[in-house]
Parts: sequence; C-alpha cells; structure tokens
Amino acid sequence: MAIFDEELKALREQVLKLGSMVENAIRDSVKSLVERNSELAREVVKRDHLVNALDVAIDEECVRLIALRQPMARDLRLITTAMKITTDLERMGDLAVNIAERAIELNETPQLKPFVHIPKMAEITQSMVRDALDAYVAGCSRLPYEVIKRDDEVDEETVKNFQELLGYMIKDPKIIPLAVKRTYVAKYLERIADHATNIAEMVIYMCKGKMIRHMDSPERE
Amino acid sequence: MVTNRYIFEISNFSVYYGDFLAVKNISLNIHSNKITAIIGPSGCGKSTLLRSLNRMNDLIISSWVEGKAHFQGVDIFHKETDIIELRRRIGMVFQKPNPFPNSVYENVAYGPKIRGVKSKSELDGIVENALVRADLWKEVKDKLNESGMSLSGGQMQRLCIARSLAQNPEVILFDEPTSALDPISTANIEQLLQELQKTVTIVIVTHNMQQAARISNYTAFMYLGELIEFGETDSIFVNPQNKLTEEYITGRFG
Repeated sequence: MAIFDEELKALREQVLKLGSMVENAIRDSVKSLVERNSELAREVVKRDHLVNALDVAIDEECVRLIALRQPMARDLRLITTAMKITTDLERMGDLAVNIAERAIELNETPQLKPFVHIPKMAEITQSMVRDALDAYVAGCSRLPYEVIKRDDEVDEETVKNFQELLGYMIKDPKIIPLAVKRTYVAKYLERIADHATNIAEMVIYMCKGKMIRHMDSPERE
Repeated sequence: MVTNRYIFEISNFSVYYGDFLAVKNISLNIHSNKITAIIGPSGCGKSTLLRSLNRMNDLIISSWVEGKAHFQGVDIFHKETDIIELRRRIGMVFQKPNPFPNSVYENVAYGPKIRGVKSKSELDGIVENALVRADLWKEVKDKLNESGMSLSGGQMQRLCIARSLAQNPEVILFDEPTSALDPISTANIEQLLQELQKTVTIVIVTHNMQQAARISNYTAFMYLGELIEFGETDSIFVNPQNKLTEEYITGRFG
C-alpha cells in the first residue's frame, strides 16, 4: 500500500476512535444519570480532555496531509470531511460532559420519577453516531440517509419529555429546579443528534460530492 | 461582431500518425477567453490535440486527421485555410524557451516585420506593448539590443510569449510552458496567463496537475488518445465523474 493510502487509513481509524470515545461518553453520561452513579459521571467529565486532544491531533494531521500530499477528488473530500466531523464529535463530547454535570447535580436529591424518554433518546442518538461513523469508514450506502431520518425521532422524544415534565411542574412548582435540569439533558441529547445528522450529511458529501445541508428533504435524495 | 462562446468547436476529431491513431474521435468545445488545461499521462495524445489546433502537426508528414475542427467557424484543416494567418491568430509557446538567436527587440519585432510593418515608431510601439503584456518590459527595457538568449529561463519564456503577443493572436497554445522553469518563474508565468486570459484564449497542456487546478477554468483529461472527461476545473478536481479521471488525479493510476 502506498504511503498516502496508509496515512488515509490511519486518519479514518483516528476519526473512528474519536467517535467511539464520544459514543462511550454519551452512553456513560446517561447511565450515570439513570443509575444515579455520580462516580461514573465524574469519569465522563475527566475523560473529556482525551476527546479534545484527539480532535486537535486529527485536525493537525488533516492540515499536514493537505499541505504535503495536495489531495484531490475523493481524497480531498475524505480529509475535509474528517476535519468537519471531528468538530461535531468534539461538541458532542462537550454535551456528554454537560449531561454528566447535570447527573451529578440531580443525583444529590431524590429522583423525581423514573426516566422514560431520556434513555430512549440516548439509545437512538448513540446509534446515529455509530452509524454515521460506520458510513464514513465503510463508504457509500443508505446508512447516512437512515441516520438523518432518525433525527426526527429524537426531536419527537424531546417534545414528549418536555410536555411530561411541564405537567409535573404545573402540579408542583417545588420540583421546577429538578424538572428544568431534566429538560436540559433532553436538549443536550437533541443537540447531539443534530451533530450526528451533520456528520451523516458530510458523509453524503464525501461519497457523492454533493452538499445536502440546508436543503429541503426532496432535494436531499 | 458576434462573438461565439466557443472559440474552437471540435467534433468526432481523430489524428493519425500513419496507421497509429493518436487522438481518437474527440468532441470538445473550447470557451473563448478562458484557460483550458489538457492533462493526461505521457502519450495520451494531449500534445497532438494541442498541435492540431494551429496545424503544427502538418510538419509531421505521416499525420492526417478526420472529423471536424473549427476555429471561429473556420475549418482548420480545409485545404484553402491560410496556415500562416491561422498561426498568427493562434500562437504557440513550447516547453523549452526558444527565442531566436537575436536581440530581445528583434525577437518581438520579427512577426510584425514579416507581415509588413515597416515604420520604426510603429514597431517600437508593438514591441513595447507586447513586452508590457508579457510582464517583461521593466526587466528588459534597457537591454532591448542584447541577445534574447542571454535572459534567464523564465524571462526567455516570457520573451517567447511577447513574441507571440506581438502578432495580436486570439489564442495562445502552451505546451508545458513551465516544466523547464523554477517555482518562482513558474508562478510568474501562471500569474501572467491569468492576466492574458482577459484578452486571449489559452489552451495549456501540462503534466503538473496542481498547475491545471490553480490556473485553468476548464480541464480536459485524456487517456490513450481518448477524451475521458471534460468539465469545469472545480468539479474535475473536487468531484470527477469518471473513475479513470479520479485515479489519475489522485495519483493512483495503473
């Protein structure tokens, strides 16, 4: 294999590694909330600097490859896509930290009610991140389009979660501080799903050379 | 005058050297006042195609052509086409700078002189104007009587461009004009081509793909005598449609 091909393979692997770190952060942050495990939440906060470091390392590698290899066509798109994907992944990592911070706060008081929507949102969101990155590594398929569709499910759950909590808040204003924190968590997950959608859109660009961001759904296909 | 958007209209055009088919059934329109780059591996027929545009291939006895090649509506290969006039309107600059073994002034004045310009003041004007347009005037205005061969490689190449411009051409064909030059001279020539494009149509054959990407508006990729892909340079280098083009420009050929 040519050196450049090996470098591109290594780049893909680094992006995938960053992706799995972020996926774990999302899973553990939600787990720390649902299972009331503040120790795990603190772990998530502590691990975030690894995500940041890898994000920077990937960016630097991309700049180096552009400068030294002058990539063209699909190579160029692979590298520019990596740069954009890592920005989204790093933001997802930050949002997982925010979830962990809310978990630590919420774990200090008795639980308002069992979690219904949030674990479901976390599950969909994680699958979106995983599939978007699988598509990046494996190449062109229907997968990124499926990811984009799943964003709507997350949005629906966000609304349901809010409506449910609103009912609780109206009944008992004392629980507002707790309920607001829960809506925050849902909002963070909803944002994570948006970042996963960005990744899927960039993967489609990488495959087809066509930007589908900010387009209405019929044009996207 | 009605200006056509295409200065060259080529269709089902083939060039043979004896029995050997060097350019295979190419159809391609070249836009006026744009830079069109022709890229492709050695032996793909790109220079043959370029040299057909002002019939430089006539010099190769065994060569013959088929199909249509029109320049501003004129059939380039028609037996009554005035080749001298055709080559005045379509200039050419080669890989190796080839000034005449003569003064800088004479190099540029040669063309106008043989087409009958006699007045010294008119010739002076043409020479200065051509050297200014070739971005060489400042460097040579005090040594117009020195030999053209005494200039640096980059300057010699700009002298050849000035020699061509003195004929007031509509097109200049460039056959790898910078492959014998250092990076700074190359950058100067590239800058110059982009300036000239406002008044002259440019067709350039280059082995340097980054050069094609940097300066051209349109790129044609040729392989084994065939035109594989032609399009706007942006799309050829970011999102080529043909697998061969993709492999060639990403350096994974063969």
